[in-house]
Amino acid sequence: MSITLVKRRVIPGFGLTIGFTLLYMGLVFLIPVGAFLLYTTTMSWEAFWSAVTQRQVVASYKLSFGGSLIAASINLVFGTLVAWVLVRYRFPGKRFVDALVDLPFALPTAVAGIALVTLYASTGWVGQYLDIFGIRVAYTQLGVVLALTYIGLPFVVRTVQPVLEDLETELEEASASLGADRLTTIRHVIFPALFPALLTGYALAFARALGEYGSVVFISGNLPFRTEITPLLIVAKAEQYDYHGAAAIGTVMLVAAFLMLLIINGLQWWASRRHG
Amino acid sequence: MSIEIDHVNKHFRDFVAVDNVSLTFRDGELTALLGPSGSGKTTLLRIIAGLEQPDTGRIRFHGEDTTDLHVSERGVGFVFQHYALFKHMTVFQNVAYGLTVRPRKTRPSKDEIKQKVMRLLELVQLDWTAHRYPHQLSGGQRQRIALARALAVEPKVLLLDEPFGALDAKVRAELRRWLRQLHDDIHVTSVFVTHDQEEALEVSDRVVVMNKGRVEQDGSPEDVYDHPANPFVYQFLGNVNLFHARVHDGVARIGDVQLPAPEFQGYKNEHGQAYVRPHEIEVFAGREHSDALHAKIEVISVVGPTVRLELRTDNSEELVHAELTKHRFRALGLAQGGDAWIRPTYSRVFLPDERVSND
Amino acid sequence: MITPSTVIDTNDTIAKRWRRATEEPVWIRITLITIALTFLTLFLVLPLTVVLYGAFEHGIGVWYAAVSDPDALSAIRLTLLIVAIVVPLNTLFGVAAAWSIAKFEFRGKSILISLIDMPFAISPVVVGLIFVILFGSQGWLGPWLSSNDMRIIFAVPGIVIVIAFGTLPFIARELIPLMQQQGKEEEEASLTLGANGWKTFWYVTLPNIKWGLIYGIILCNARAMGEFGAVAVVSGRIRGETNTMPLHIEVLYNEYMFTAAFAVSSLLTGLALVTIAIKSAVEWNDERRQRIAAA
Repeated sequence: MSITLVKRRVIPGFGLTIGFTLLYMGLVFLIPVGAFLLYTTTMSWEAFWSAVTQRQVVASYKLSFGGSLIAASINLVFGTLVAWVLVRYRFPGKRFVDALVDLPFALPTAVAGIALVTLYASTGWVGQYLDIFGIRVAYTQLGVVLALTYIGLPFVVRTVQPVLEDLETELEEASASLGADRLTTIRHVIFPALFPALLTGYALAFARALGEYGSVVFISGNLPFRTEITPLLIVAKAEQYDYHGAAAIGTVMLVAAFLMLLIINGLQWWASRRHG
Repeated sequence: MSIEIDHVNKHFRDFVAVDNVSLTFRDGELTALLGPSGSGKTTLLRIIAGLEQPDTGRIRFHGEDTTDLHVSERGVGFVFQHYALFKHMTVFQNVAYGLTVRPRKTRPSKDEIKQKVMRLLELVQLDWTAHRYPHQLSGGQRQRIALARALAVEPKVLLLDEPFGALDAKVRAELRRWLRQLHDDIHVTSVFVTHDQEEALEVSDRVVVMNKGRVEQDGSPEDVYDHPANPFVYQFLGNVNLFHARVHDGVARIGDVQLPAPEFQGYKNEHGQAYVRPHEIEVFAGREHSDALHAKIEVISVVGPTVRLELRTDNSEELVHAELTKHRFRALGLAQGGDAWIRPTYSRVFLPDERVSND
Repeated sequence: MITPSTVIDTNDTIAKRWRRATEEPVWIRITLITIALTFLTLFLVLPLTVVLYGAFEHGIGVWYAAVSDPDALSAIRLTLLIVAIVVPLNTLFGVAAAWSIAKFEFRGKSILISLIDMPFAISPVVVGLIFVILFGSQGWLGPWLSSNDMRIIFAVPGIVIVIAFGTLPFIARELIPLMQQQGKEEEEASLTLGANGWKTFWYVTLPNIKWGLIYGIILCNARAMGEFGAVAVVSGRIRGETNTMPLHIEVLYNEYMFTAAFAVSSLLTGLALVTIAIKSAVEWNDERRQRIAAA
């Protein structure tokens, strides 16, 4: 004999919380993003294509993507090093340094922007010494990379750090007891364990750098074809009421962001599967 | 207050957790739900509590249908496997919780709550921990606080999920006896889940053995241990040896050994499996009985006062486990690699098909 | 058997040369620490120092004058008004999302978690653009809005919504893993003891997520006050009206009023420092509790 029952969850509040969650997300960003994409589809394909392939725009992609790749790579190397040092070694002021890593995450990008340009201008605290060697940072592509490195800094450190902390030292001890030297252990035991986290951190730093605006505009000097990043072009076009041009480039950026999100989710799924 | 479980089913996706279970727990009884992990015992307990909803079937407390009653209105005391004490509250606040969250109308006064909590803490012999936090207590102490907290709301039934699962052996044994005593004092209908047969047999008035979501046997501890209803219960409750056997007119034959099997009166020459417990095998150093089986002793291990032998008979691939006292072992003068003769003294035969399961 | 103490007693050099299997030689350790600290100094300590130095270079009087300038005050007031709207909304959202995700099983849950991350991946400039195109004077709903005498772009509502968009994930991201890790046993225990849903949330869940929630709110607050790219697109930078603090900093900087720019920056920098200090304190507290729980 079977009696159908009223389906009821033991812990209350599901309907209320999921309802509010979806409503709020819908109003604040799902519907606007959807409407924006719909707006782009009202453009003709030719208009869209010519807007996203203008020479100035293409030059900005090269800088944005290339600069983000370089910045993420720098962060990959130094971020891993910082995570390693923070997890494995003891030194005075470690807790302070550890906390400071989050600064680019918490400090407004505009503040970071004016701070970086002041430091690295040819008269700045650091820039004046670089100037002696003929290295110019402010108002060059190097400056763009510098700003993108700054804002991506926490990501690699913060994805690698927990994995490194959870890594059982027994694995390394086992490797050492089997006769491996330190470098071999790092290459064959530690690196493979960190690999998914490294990729995830790299992807996060890259994604963040790609869309960055505030910290770059001050140091880049915004010279067309040379130091103009794609987000800056979007702002310029929006300010000139060229909504179609801005929307077309914005769609390219949005699609790139979705792809990065997919890749990052895939990487995290892969990492959790490897750990599980 | 009696608990009646009426044709309850529960599945999680493809997994059948509880398969058409009907049981009645009598008023004031302490029952053990015993089974391996994944046997559905915890799910059944959570269904009784209202923490899970059955797919079909009803739950009744003292004849009153509680199936659709929310867990917070069901009036059960539930002790969680990992205690689920509120980390940020003191022991006192934990035990008082069920009383302090009552609506103002039915909430006792502060003094009454305090008196009641302190009385309960005395009952579990932990009144001195009132102002400590759960993390400052040992596992056994946390367990008793969890019990006191569940008792504070004067539950109609007390449900315990693996109450001793996370404790070490010595504390387990102590708490077991203590729980038995406590139950004899307060006499509330109680059900506890365990995978430990010794625990179930020692503490409870009644044991329900579960496997794959079904009830395999339901009876007193003695009954379940001495007369397992089927091969599963036999194997789950302690070690057992399997022998090929022939049953004929109420007699089971294992090799030349003949043992009574009155339940097979009238059967002719049926093949079956005889289940024999290790302590139900006699071991001899010489061929004293003509029907004893010859075997070689492969392993001797001494475990406290008993000696366990692993023997290989002449016509069997499987090892036979036998258990005897150290005293008897010394008297026999057996040695590893040496000869021995064995003879089952009691067995229970099951035929390969389901013909046995009709009783 | 040789015990460690006998090694030290009889042969001092072995004790000194002995190195744990998981450790690098001292010189490598020192080199790595030095490289890491140099990198962090260049990228983190120096920018922080230059802001604070620039703000107070000419004394506290100049700093105070810059901060209490009418335009600065109006930017501060506007920024505070915006966070007073955005942060409570995002807090409600974060708690609701975390409750539904951590305490229940439902289809599409992993998609929902990814969606919550999405605003994080979208360029702030694109966020601003989305709303300009929807509500701007040349945008889709622009003509309708202006005929009804309503204004969203180049006005406060536009700033509020782009900031809400940009900072939407922060509190939810903080609470979801925390609540998932805590499971639901304590909530179930509370329910078996007769408490209803609200009381369970208030007395059991909230105390358990308190610190994560506080950090999430502070981080959301800092990010909301500092949001730049999206606001730059929708605000129109009307002085005294739609200039938030970061926009005011940009205006000052572009007018070569560096000290004033750094003075206003120092306020936001202070907020950022408080934010990371609280994060650090929350983590320290967690570690301590885990150590206690393990003991």
